[in-house]
Formats: sequence, C-alpha cells, structure tokens
Amino acid sequence: MGDSQYSFSLTTFSPSGKLVQIEHALTAVGSGQTSLGIKAANGVVIATEKKLPSILVDETSVQKIQCLTPNIGVVYSGMGPDFRVLVRKSRKQAEQYHRLYKEPIPVTQLVRETAAVMQEFTQSGGVRPFGVSLLVAGYDDNGPQLYQVDPSGSYFSWKASAMGKNVSNAKTFLEKRYTDDMELDDAVHTAILTLKEGFEGQISAKNIEIGIINAVDRKFRVLTPAEIDDFLAEVE
Amino acid sequence: MSIFEYNGSALIAMVGKNCFAIASDRRLGVQLQTIATDFQRIYQIHDKLYIGLSGLATDAQTLYQRLVFRHKLYQLREERDMKPETFASLVSAILYEKRFGPYFCQPVIAGLGDEDKPFICTMDSIGAKELAKDFVVAGSASESLYGACETMFKPDMEPEELFETVSHALMSSVDRDCLSGWGGHVYVVTPTEVKETILKGRMD
Repeated sequence: MGDSQYSFSLTTFSPSGKLVQIEHALTAVGSGQTSLGIKAANGVVIATEKKLPSILVDETSVQKIQCLTPNIGVVYSGMGPDFRVLVRKSRKQAEQYHRLYKEPIPVTQLVRETAAVMQEFTQSGGVRPFGVSLLVAGYDDNGPQLYQVDPSGSYFSWKASAMGKNVSNAKTFLEKRYTDDMELDDAVHTAILTLKEGFEGQISAKNIEIGIINAVDRKFRVLTPAEIDDFLAEVE
Repeated sequence: MSIFEYNGSALIAMVGKNCFAIASDRRLGVQLQTIATDFQRIYQIHDKLYIGLSGLATDAQTLYQRLVFRHKLYQLREERDMKPETFASLVSAILYEKRFGPYFCQPVIAGLGDEDKPFICTMDSIGAKELAKDFVVAGSASESLYGACETMFKPDMEPEELFETVSHALMSSVDRDCLSGWGGHVYVVTPTEVKETILKGRMD
C-alpha cells in the first residue's frame, strides 16, 4: 500500500514526455467500433455500429447509446465495461446538480464533470485510464450541442465528429457532407451514409444504433429498429 | 424570547409590473437596546438578484458570505449569473445542510429571471421554500407586515407606485414592532435600473 514503486500511477511520463498509457487507451478507442455524431440546426444525432460477436447474441439486449439525463445522451467507442462506469458516474453527477439547483444540468457542465473523472484516472494510483472516447449529445438553453471526450480527459465541441475504426474516412466523409443549416432528418441520413461507408457487411436496423434529440421537446431518445428501417429505406 | 427576534428585523419583497422591490428596516438591536441604526440586511448577489436575511444578525452575515462564495464559484464555472429560481434552490439546500443546528435566519429572495420576469420567495430557517406571486415578508415585524401588505398591494404596479407602497407598508409596520424600525432601506429593481432609497422614519 503506497510503499513500493509500483503503487505510482500507471501513467507516469516517459522520458520523451509522452504518457504511453493514454496513447494505448487511444489505440483501444481507435480499434473500437465506429461511432459518430452530427449537430444539426434543430437537434443532434449520434450513431454507432453495433457489431456483435456472434449471431446467437440477442441484439435487443445490447444498448450502446445511453441517456444521461432526459436531454443528454451519450455513445462510445472502445471498451463497453469502461463506458458503463462513466455512464453511472455521469448520471450521478447530473442528479446531484439537479438536486442542488432544481434545474437540469447544462451539457457543458456534465461534459466537464465527466472529463474530470477521466482525467483523474490518468493521474491516480492503482487505476488505469478509461479505454473509451465519448460523444455526448444534448440540447439545452445554449442550443444543440455535441462534445467528444477522450481518455486523457480533454474535450472538444464539434459540429460533426467520428471515432473508432475508420475515423479518418468517416471524418473526411462528414467534412464533405456537413452544412451549417442541416436539419435533423438530413443529419440522420448523413449519419447512416457515413456509417455505411466503412461498414463491413450489410447495414440493417439490427446492427446500428441511432440516438436523436430535437429542439421541440428536448428529449433524447434512441430510435427503435422500426424507425431506423424507415430511415434506411429513405437512404437507399 | 425567540432567537429570531434577538436583533429585530423587518423585510418585504413585492412584485410590480416587470419589476420588484425589496425593503428592510435599518435597526440592529440586542433585545430592547439599539446598537446601530444603519444596519444592512439586504444584499446584492448580482445586478438583478437580491437577498434579504432576517433573524439573527451574526448568522445572516455568515450565511451571506457563504452564499456569495457559492455564487462566485457558480459564475466562474458556468460563465453566467444564477437565475433567481436556481439561487433560491441553492439557499434552500445550504440551509437544510444545517437541519439540526440551523442558521437562525429567514431569507427573502427577489430577482428578475428569464425575460426579466420578477421572482420573489421566502423560506424558513431550514430551507422550506414559500413562493409567492405578490409579496413576501419576514422578520420580527412580519405579523404587522402581512396586514399592511395585504391591504396595500395591487397587482401590476409601476416602479414609482411600487416604491410608495412598499415604503408605506414598511414604515407603518415597524411602528407596531419594538424591535425593528429606525428608518428603512428600499431597492426598486427594473430591467434597466436599480433605485436605492434610504427612508427616514420615527428615529426613536
């Protein structure tokens, strides 16, 4: 307990000034399933691949997109179990904020708190960094918002972003397709097309997930397979 | 005698048309002996948010310091001022933290919220909020203040009339209370300006 050299943080600077553990965490994210998000004029969409290890897995039991508060949703690329830990901590943080101020937590605040947790895990002893990057989508008084949070604890606000396998292709694709005046439905189409670009095999409502939030009700929700099918039909 | 009446106090907040007024007396006493006649019970949190703290003066000052601290941290973190509703919830939470050894204060909160909508509220010493559309009162003179406000209040008063009403209600109520008085301090807040007035009353 704190008396040997091994009780230091795993993320100790290498002589070249790098934190290799964080770079490894980023590699874990980079080899994870593709996720992406697009901020539209009247809402935000986040989407992800949902590739399962075997066709025998019941795909309805896997939920990669989660709600943090009624108006904030999140998706990840990287390690599923690590994601669950972050979701639990973020939800608790959001609830504490609500209990104190009787007001829903602003997206920026929740992202900052979540990023703070991820940073803490790069500097504490006896822990490893999270092997996930997050895309946080929300709508609050400051309008539609999309944030990406990385294992190092750094976070950025994006108009559109992608992560996981095929990031660079997906990002190039998004750069070509993105416009500032995009409506939410167009954004969902673009999201599907972007996923399709790097998708191995046939895309279907069972192997992708889409979460949206719009300006009207400000409620984040995950699309049902039936709704995804409708969008897929439009894209064809 | 109740510890809430040790120093004596009178506080009102009243809503007008797109404005509000918050007023207090200026006496600080120790039971029947007057110590100061220029005591501040109303504090500014930001341009459009005020809190008055009735009750035990020492607790009022400590509580105010804690509230300023929390508000400053909030401003830095969120890069915005607190909405009055949010601030009221914060005050309530801070008071309830000391549920079994409370601050002997009854706060009155008044502010302009989203789209400059006036908000007033009061709470007891352990943070049970009481929201009102018209007026709220607190302090050792609260019983007489209720009567005065109930008779004099009219909905949608302009700032000038609101000032007169609040001042009259305050001045007539403190005359019925030995522990408060010695002039008054009135703030009338509109979306564009704040009018601060010191009233002279019966100075005995």
